[in-house]
Amino acid sequence: MKVDWTTFWPRIIESTGETVLMVIATLIFGSILGISIGLLLYVTRKGNILEKQWLFQTLNILINIIRPIPFIIFLVALSPVTRAVVGSTIGTWAAIFPMTIAASFGIARIVENNLVGIEPGVVEAAKAMGASPFQIIFTVLIPEALGPLILGLTFVTISLIDFSAMAGTVGGGGLGHVAMTYGYQRFDGSVMLVTVVILIILVQVAQWIGNTFSRKVMRR
Amino acid sequence: MIEFKQAAKTFQIGKREVTAVNNVSLSVAQGEIFGIIGFSGAGKSTLLRLVNMLERPTAGAIQVQGVDLASLSQKELRKLRRRIGMIFQNFNLFTSRTVAGNVAYPLKLGGVPKKEINARVTELLSFVGLSDKANDYPEQLSGGQKQRVGIARALATSPDILICDEATSALDPDTTADILRLLKKVNKELGITILLITHEMHVIQEICDRVAVMEDGEVIETGSVFDTFTNPQHSTTRRFIQSVQQDLPSDALLKEWRAKGGRKLYRVIFKGEVASDPVLSRLTQQFGVNFNIVYGSIRELQEKFFGNLLVSFDGDRHAVDLLLTALRETVEIEEVAVHES
Repeated sequence: MKVDWTTFWPRIIESTGETVLMVIATLIFGSILGISIGLLLYVTRKGNILEKQWLFQTLNILINIIRPIPFIIFLVALSPVTRAVVGSTIGTWAAIFPMTIAASFGIARIVENNLVGIEPGVVEAAKAMGASPFQIIFTVLIPEALGPLILGLTFVTISLIDFSAMAGTVGGGGLGHVAMTYGYQRFDGSVMLVTVVILIILVQVAQWIGNTFSRKVMRR
Repeated sequence: MIEFKQAAKTFQIGKREVTAVNNVSLSVAQGEIFGIIGFSGAGKSTLLRLVNMLERPTAGAIQVQGVDLASLSQKELRKLRRRIGMIFQNFNLFTSRTVAGNVAYPLKLGGVPKKEINARVTELLSFVGLSDKANDYPEQLSGGQKQRVGIARALATSPDILICDEATSALDPDTTADILRLLKKVNKELGITILLITHEMHVIQEICDRVAVMEDGEVIETGSVFDTFTNPQHSTTRRFIQSVQQDLPSDALLKEWRAKGGRKLYRVIFKGEVASDPVLSRLTQQFGVNFNIVYGSIRELQEKFFGNLLVSFDGDRHAVDLLLTALRETVEIEEVAVHES
């Protein structure tokens, strides 16, 4: 069956918009949640400024439970919660919710890894100058780790484009959905090619933005 | 100014207990430069961190300006830390901030108005000689310049005390001398009490007024730098002193001297004023004894003369004995032992 390109292009533009919305919304909510969890993980670590073994262990295990679950399964498993929070399990926002949860745990780990890389002496110096734990978090930890953090978030953004394609298959809309319905189910290679090209462009743009910002912050 | 009272710190490493600081009592007076020297692992770094409670003592007490640190709340402690500047071996500058940003940081923490911060940063950078580097980032600086930034940052809040954690150990000899001069300037011009730790005896010799020697978590010797250098009590102290000045020739050379039939050697030590009295010449003439200076030096130490000479005497045995007794009234004399090894 031939594709009607006059109806197809508006459809493509609409789904690109949905994908971008899913990715950006997830990135914003996921970063807020993920950076918070990552910071909490770092500061409660043994020997760190707010050491709390039980909290560290709980978060650590929680992340290790959530992270290995394949996203498509996580999406389905979380659907009762999604329904309770968003009110539906179909549509863009119903996809954003599980994406956010999955992304935050990934981001949390990236944040923790980057914070561990900070020279402990720098934190000690801030402490010696009379910085409170709160001040240490916002004036030392985050600025010192910002460059690698931006690269980490760029990496996550690109996985989110991938996530969004999967979310499409459960009614989240977006380019993934278009590619599946036209390309996979109707065997139309040209549609699939167009969506893939758009996805590649999105990835390139995301990586370019991430590289530019991180270079600016890290001065290299 | 700073008072350690039977301070101790024990770390729990796995199931093992490690005592880093053991029963240390020390008192650092206002306006002095006090040095703590010890080999690595002696506990000096931990001791230093007790002063601003980066480490809490497990026993004993620490007082700063008469205040028992254990009695302070977290908030009061943070306030106190602003009066104690600290510099580090690895500088610990913020890589995300410029030179000016690093120096401004402690002022920002204290909520100082922006205009005042800028004026203070300019003043501090000129004090440490880095006015032209304000907008550079730490990675663009040499080690010595980094430490200058560290010092400017530590001085930002106009502290009463500066504590230095191996501040020159990562620097080359020339740069070390620069930084030591700067620390001396901080002490003299700003009247800031300095407590430093080091494993380099020349740092102590160069700028300290008093010194404590640490070993295995304990202070084994303490006194003025002049007394400690001229009359060390402990073998570890002697080892440190020998690292900067060789007071005796090597055992091999002494044995060779003895083997060739050389006379008994006496170590003559004279300190301070005594140096202006030609005692050796006067007394040897009086007793009719010839003397021969075999080895030694006369140096300046803490702005005083310090002489250390190895001398042999040639003359009647009785006369030599009388001479030694007479000499002992003004200078220190000991016979040099040759170790058979």
